[in-house]
Formats: sequence, C-alpha cells, structure tokens
Amino acid sequence: MATFDREDAAKLARHLHSHLPSDPALRTKTLESLLVERGFVAPETIDAWVEAYSEHIGPKRGAQVVARSWVDPAFRARLMDDATAAIAEFGFDGDATGHLKAVENTDTQHHLIVCTLCSCYPFSLLGMSPAWYKSAAYRARAVREPRQVLSEFGVDLPETVGVRVWDSTAELRYLVVPQRPANTDGWDEARLAALVTRNAMIGTARHLKTEAA
Amino acid sequence: MFQPDEVTEPAFDHPWQAQIMALAQTMIKTGHLEATHWAETLGAALRQAEAEGAPDTADTYYTCVLQALETVTEPHVTAADRDTRRAQWEEAYKVTPHGQPVVLKS
Repeated sequence: MATFDREDAAKLARHLHSHLPSDPALRTKTLESLLVERGFVAPETIDAWVEAYSEHIGPKRGAQVVARSWVDPAFRARLMDDATAAIAEFGFDGDATGHLKAVENTDTQHHLIVCTLCSCYPFSLLGMSPAWYKSAAYRARAVREPRQVLSEFGVDLPETVGVRVWDSTAELRYLVVPQRPANTDGWDEARLAALVTRNAMIGTARHLKTEAA
Repeated sequence: MFQPDEVTEPAFDHPWQAQIMALAQTMIKTGHLEATHWAETLGAALRQAEAEGAPDTADTYYTCVLQALETVTEPHVTAADRDTRRAQWEEAYKVTPHGQPVVLKS
C-alpha cells in the first residue's frame, strides 16, 4: 500500500518547485501572455522575431553593405547620402534602422558608436548587439575615454588619427564603414564581405585582416 | 577589460531574453510603443540598476528590459494583472507532469 507521509510531500514539493522557470522567465511569460491576450502582439510574430534574431539576422548583413560600398561608387554615394534607403536595396531595413547614418573611417579619422542612454543599435543590419555594447562600462567610457576603450579592444590609434564618437538614439543609429584593406584589388563582394567584422562596423576594430579570407 | 577578438557568442543566453526583446521590438514596430519613450524608460531602468550596484552583465541588462517593458505597458497591464497571471502560470507549472507542455487553464 502506498504511503504518503510528510517527508514525501516535502520532497515532491521541492521536486515540482525545481521545475518552475526562473523569476525573469516567469515574468516574461506572464507579460507576454497578457499582451497577446489583449491584442498588443501576435504570438506568431514573437516566435518569428525570436527565430530570426537567434538564428538568421547578424552582422553578415552589414558586411555585405560595406563590401558593396567598396566596389560600387554609386552605391557608396547612396549609402553616405541616405543609409536607410541604401540598405533597403538589400531588404535589410526593419527593426531600428528607420533612420540610419553611415560614417566612413579614413586614414586620419576613426568612428566609434555607442548608445549612452540605453543600447540603441541597428538590429536588422547587425543582429543583436554584443554584451559589451550593452554594458554600463562601455556606455559610460566610450564617450569619456574613447582611446583607452579602443586600446582595450586592441586598437591603438596614433595621435594623427582623430576619434569621433557617435551617440545612437532611438531616432538615429549608425554604421561604421571601415577602410578596405590593401591588397584586395579584384576581390569580389562576397570575398570582401567575409573580411568585415561586427566590431569594425561598431568601430571597436579598425584594421581588417585578410589572412582568413 | 574588453575582448579584442571577434567572439561568436550566442545572441541570447536564455530564451526569455529573446522573448522580452521580441515583445519590445514588435510593439515598437506595430506602433504600440513609441521608440523614444522606450529608450528613455530602458535607460532609466539601467541607471537604477547601476545605482543599486547590480553586476554589469547581460543578465542585468535583460532584467532591465523586462522591468522597462512592465513599466511602459502599465496602462494596459497593471501590476495586479501580472500578479494574478503569474500565480496562474506557477500553478500550471506545478500541476503539469514533467515533459508535458505547460498551458493555462482557460
């Protein structure tokens, strides 16, 4: 005959409790189910977003845009003039790229992107932002001591190169166009795009490596 | 303190982080949430977490996203609504055998 004493009950309670999701997971589930129920979001839209940003949308998109700007002067002109319209040519417009500005590095100028307020970032062009971009340390220090921050990323800028820091907002976000590496004459867009890293398009990397291509 | 190398990290550490971002971005896209209002609310949550000495991690960041979304949706979903619904979810988890999908009783 089965017995069910107090110790068993306590063990069972512990076992069941251990299967409860974490506090933030429960809060998220709570909010999502209420927002769905009240018609603010559709569950299939949420699922599609999660799949796209977990699996498909990433910095390779931005890399394609940068590579085309290197090989196609007319596209480069359009990108610098109106980056939002230019990336729409690839179908990369979408989340958080309604107002996008491209800034080009040169021999004497380096650009660095931050969002000091929160974490504004051109998601549909670069995917989810890296953890460091969202950190309080980066958000505070990128403006205050950009050269030091760059140095910690392995970018040691000579004094002859100026640094301009762009503070992203909900209304305007940025894409850094890094310089095309030397010795890549005749390379096609796909090969060039493979050189362009996420950090280079945020400005925390400067010189692109050609060995890996 | 920053990593010089391009690290291929997963976009999210936990599914709820992706879900809360999806909720916020979708509500912005569909016009239920104003982008500037969102940035200000999230910024305030981040500043508060920092002032309270929360660790400077992705987990803290996404917890602030969650907090901010709870705040901006308060006109439509009150704290009392959330408390009731959370209790329902907890109950559903407790009575659902392991491995079965957890659903709310309608």
